[in-house]
Amino acid sequence: MPIRLPSLRNGVMFAGLAGFALMPVFTGVTGQPYILDITMRMMCLAIAAVSLNLILGFGGMISFGHAAFIGIGAYAVGIPAYYGEYSGFLQIPLAVGVSALFALITGAICLRTRGVYFIMITLAFGQMVFFTFVSIEEYGGDDGLVIDTKSEFAGLIDIEEPLALYYLILVCLVAALYLVKRIVASRFGRVIQGSKSNDDRMQAIGFNTFRYRLTCYVIAGALCGLAGALLGNFTGFISPDMIDWTRSGELIFMVVLGGAGSLFGPVLGTVVFLVLEELLSALTIYWQIIFGPVLILVVLFGRGGIDGLLSRLANAQR
Amino acid sequence: MHNAEPLISVSGLRKTFGGIVATDGVDLEVRGGEIHAVIGPNGAGKTTLIAQISGALQPDSGVIRFAGREITDLPTYERARLGLARSFQITSIFHDMSVVDNVALAVQAQDGHSYRFWRPARTDPVLVDRAMDALARVGLDGRRDDNAGKISHGERRQLEIAMALAAGPSALLLDEPTAGMGREETARMVEIIRSLKDDHAILLIEHDMDAVFALADRITVLVYGRIIASGPPQTIRADDAVRKAYLGDEVSDHAEG
Ligand SMILES: Nc1ncnc2c1ncn2[C@@H]1O[C@H](COP(=O)(O)OP(=O)(O)OP(=O)(O)O)[C@@H](O)[C@H]1O
Ligand SMILES: [Mg+2]
Repeated sequence: MPIRLPSLRNGVMFAGLAGFALMPVFTGVTGQPYILDITMRMMCLAIAAVSLNLILGFGGMISFGHAAFIGIGAYAVGIPAYYGEYSGFLQIPLAVGVSALFALITGAICLRTRGVYFIMITLAFGQMVFFTFVSIEEYGGDDGLVIDTKSEFAGLIDIEEPLALYYLILVCLVAALYLVKRIVASRFGRVIQGSKSNDDRMQAIGFNTFRYRLTCYVIAGALCGLAGALLGNFTGFISPDMIDWTRSGELIFMVVLGGAGSLFGPVLGTVVFLVLEELLSALTIYWQIIFGPVLILVVLFGRGGIDGLLSRLANAQR
Repeated sequence: MHNAEPLISVSGLRKTFGGIVATDGVDLEVRGGEIHAVIGPNGAGKTTLIAQISGALQPDSGVIRFAGREITDLPTYERARLGLARSFQITSIFHDMSVVDNVALAVQAQDGHSYRFWRPARTDPVLVDRAMDALARVGLDGRRDDNAGKISHGERRQLEIAMALAAGPSALLLDEPTAGMGREETARMVEIIRSLKDDHAILLIEHDMDAVFALADRITVLVYGRIIASGPPQTIRADDAVRKAYLGDEVSDHAEG
């Protein structure tokens, strides 16, 4: 969809981002630092959801293995740190680069298929990464790896300081949103959306859609690798659990819940997903029994997710 | 007007689906400035023929040449880039985009690579202006901002043609452009196709015999994947085998009227 946001959607986006920006002030006053922690996790996963939305929402590539990139990004911070290499200028490019490379290799295979086959094969590659990290005893295997020192940026910014890390993640989120906004409206983005809409026609008018889709897959993977590097820094502990196929499923839910193919939808979806998870799990240990059906209902009946709801509201007001 | 060298030339083309021989040793040529119509009953293999020329289907054997170059093994998108455009029997457009965006995408396909990630495409005059030219040629410029999924069937058929034209091709493969159209719409489509004849080689598949005889310079009759007759319209109209196999009374009516 072209990015021509009605004012209500725009308003929600700016309010949301302003909310993130002001959250530390709020928690500072009320003295609830754990809310800050939840928000940081939220923003990291929002970047991952935004990256998934680029291929899923705009490109129609339903990847069920996207969490693999979170894992790769996180381990690209954790493994160098394990050997005493803490430079963020090495770790971050490593996270982005290895993710991009992994996306290139697996995408070249996955994108030969469509529909359910694509879902299954991305799932398979995701599980492959999962079991790879499970099997490497050196890096903790099943138990994971503690990152005792966060990425260092030559004194430019000290993310051991929670607020600095918080705003670094927020800046990355805003940058990711802006990047996706530009890409989607560009010639490249038109090709991606055209290929989702009608790939046969795209080839008939002269596009080698495979290569464009692969490029898109690599961009999304790289962006998600960055999300993983930030998440690893935030949690200070990484494990194969981050890559489990249920994590990939959760990312899909976040995107669909918020509104696949809308710019800010995935961020809304992430926020609502995590808040619901937090509230329901405090209510009862059987929270997943409530949560699951709620999500399925939204997917089945809530056309366009939360974003779709907003645009219907905006239309009703006119 | 007619160029000596055929732009499209097909020889010994054969394609089977399981037991069905959909294309059975077809030889065919289309020259620049010429409309070559292919007619035949349902299931004769007309769409299958166009699909092979455009690259959507791979023939079992035979050779396809375009502008003197063999293209039998080229993928669809490369044939399109060489100047071979097609329209679809079953309308194939981007339903979730506006009319002008549909055509602009076809323009974009021919305007260098699309690894351009930053500048907005929808306001790019290079794309929009040329898209509007193509829309004007089929009389759809008044619909530019309408959603392609919402326009009428006849207009979608026109959009099909505009998308094929937007690429600036030298040859057009048109698969039943008047399919499902009313009398008036068909007449308009015939005029559109006539206006394209001078600067394109056109392979036209058509069920509407009035349209065929109004437009075609040459007619090839396909039955069960095999060519049973080929020649100028008068010859085809008079051909006994053709009458028996396919045309029936329709032609005699037309000849009288
Ligand atoms: N993908 C396919 N798989 C199997 N059989 C096919 C396929 N495509 C076409 N056929 C068969 O090949 C034959 C030719 O089909 P084709 O669509 O080319 O006919 P046509 O001349 O275009 O017919 P129509 O006038 O109805 O459009 C038919 O018998 C059809 O059933
Ligand atoms: Mg057909």
